[in-house]
Amino acid sequence: MSGGVEIAVVVAEIEQAARNVKRFRFAAKDGGSLPHFAAGSHVVVLMRDGERTIRNAYSLIDRAEDGSSYRIGVLRTPNSRGGSKFMHERVSVGDELRITMPVNLFPLFHPGRKHLLIAGGIGVTPIYAMADELQRRGALYEIHYAVRDEAHGAFIDEMRARHGDRLKLYRRDLEEILAVDQILPGQPLGTHLYVCGPEGMIEAVLEGGLEAGWPKEHLHAERFQTPPTGEPFALRLAKAGLTCEVRGDQSMLEALEEAGFDPPSLCRGGACGQCAVDVLEADGELIHNDHYLSAAERASGEKIMLCVSRLKGRELVLDL
Amino acid sequence: MTVHFKQETFRDDYTYSNSPEAIRRFPFPFDKDEYMYSVNIEQHMPGPAKSPFEFPIDIDEHYVSEMRDRAITLAQDPKRCQSLPHMITAEWDLVELLMESMAKHYPELFTLTQDGDRWRWINRPLDIDQTFTFGDASTLPYPPMEYITRQCQGDFALLDQRLDNLWMDAGMITSQADWSLDFDIGMNFLEWHAPVPLAKDMAIFERALKFLLNLQQGRPVRRLNWTMTINPRLDTSPENYDKWGADRATVTPENVGRKVHLRVELQAMWRLPRSNAIVFSIRGYLINMDELVTVPKWARRFHRVLRELRPELAEYKGLTRYRQTTIDWLAKHDDGAPTSPGFQPD
Repeated sequence: MSGGVEIAVVVAEIEQAARNVKRFRFAAKDGGSLPHFAAGSHVVVLMRDGERTIRNAYSLIDRAEDGSSYRIGVLRTPNSRGGSKFMHERVSVGDELRITMPVNLFPLFHPGRKHLLIAGGIGVTPIYAMADELQRRGALYEIHYAVRDEAHGAFIDEMRARHGDRLKLYRRDLEEILAVDQILPGQPLGTHLYVCGPEGMIEAVLEGGLEAGWPKEHLHAERFQTPPTGEPFALRLAKAGLTCEVRGDQSMLEALEEAGFDPPSLCRGGACGQCAVDVLEADGELIHNDHYLSAAERASGEKIMLCVSRLKGRELVLDL
Repeated sequence: MTVHFKQETFRDDYTYSNSPEAIRRFPFPFDKDEYMYSVNIEQHMPGPAKSPFEFPIDIDEHYVSEMRDRAITLAQDPKRCQSLPHMITAEWDLVELLMESMAKHYPELFTLTQDGDRWRWINRPLDIDQTFTFGDASTLPYPPMEYITRQCQGDFALLDQRLDNLWMDAGMITSQADWSLDFDIGMNFLEWHAPVPLAKDMAIFERALKFLLNLQQGRPVRRLNWTMTINPRLDTSPENYDKWGADRATVTPENVGRKVHLRVELQAMWRLPRSNAIVFSIRGYLINMDELVTVPKWARRFHRVLRELRPELAEYKGLTRYRQTTIDWLAKHDDGAPTSPGFQPD
């Protein structure tokens, strides 16, 4: 929910963890300890860019033993809408940022008998936390981690040191392919699979799991996404009497926040459902990009999620 | 704050009663003259001084006697406290939440000293001084959830979150309004609420579940629920139905005032940090009709609520046997004058 508890942090360390990935260590500004979190949690980082506040969600890698800091990993994306570019170019050690309380939309299934953790690229960040937690709990687990090449060294070295041969690495430059049909056979009953990585990889792994006869309740994915870009359109809030334009490079949620309106939201990635609103009129086609609304809800044309979905057309009127 | 702990019983001779101060702070649950379900959830923010909402965990004059009653119930039926193995992290989260809150808000009664994982807990009313290692269950005389909930008023359920649902996988339930942890353990949110009448059509539980799945750390919420109980009995469980069920047939116009109780549950929910579980606390308050009518507004209003209550709800809450007798008795305390909005006495 927007307006939730926020924590002031100071950037304590920045590390080039891979070619396009920086790892940031955040310490509480007041020197106290940061809240515990369950593996799979993310925080939203609020970045002040002049008048504008950019909000991006990042998975938490870990919390220092003494509670003094968190780490996140940020991939620099070529078509960055501002957040990852800001983190890579504008943030230095000693800078102050604000983060939200941790929220977990990618929880471990604790009663599971065994856990298969599958990561691709920057998708390793929640998987890293999950592996640590499973180790602490004395659970059975395997990590399967696909990277482009050795340049992903920082995560590999740390995970190798902590998890030894429970970590299986797949390097694309060596033509090592992470193939789900090689991993699934022979896994014991009650095994749960968790995947985080590029959308294509997630789809392939989930599909592979279903094909192998796994119940869908045993297949878990972090389906977070950044808001897709598109064409600009006009947005009108019927109750608030507010009209604004949604630029091609921003989401409805961002446009409303820029206009000084503060609708409820939580994950900003189409997963939690907090920002679902009723559609009153749509002069154009609704483009649903979330993972929350059911097929029937989408087909009804009566609901849309502010954080990732948009209109292809002229004007959208919402019941806000 | 000095609390004078009453010595009283919740079974056999039923010596429980409320002091005038306890009556004034009673969490009367009706803000208007009628009642229907709603998703009446609000932020669990600190409320007025001396009210049950002043602190996140409310300790009152019944604390010592309630804990004694819980111990009796557990001795007779250990299954009132159960925890599935994967809930151990949530159990420790609960230890932290309760000890920190109790020690912070009632420093005369409880003291918590934390040196890394080495904790010392002093509970003066129950004469306990325990040093233990946080995270190491072998350093406590009971499993962590059982240890702390033997020292905290209210029932507690720990709900695991997975598959976009909440699962009742642990709890300490000894003062329940006719439901059973032993029966519900392992069920999900929609399963254990299935017996509630009317709510399904109102999609109440789907909405409440969606809300709770997004409950955030640091933003606890609460709601009030209510039912009625004959005699001030905490343990109105299905397991012991033979011990209390028949009491419903003992209400007469002469004994309504002392036998019939309004039972209010202050239900609070917190997201727990390490486990991502939710703790659902059910803190019960009992007030008999003699005590209730000392507040004229509550007498008028409760009379009207009970008179207008839909029969399905009366049946579900188990009031049918003595409802009319109670309405007739309360009628003498309702002059028909308008009541002011809100919960508070005038």
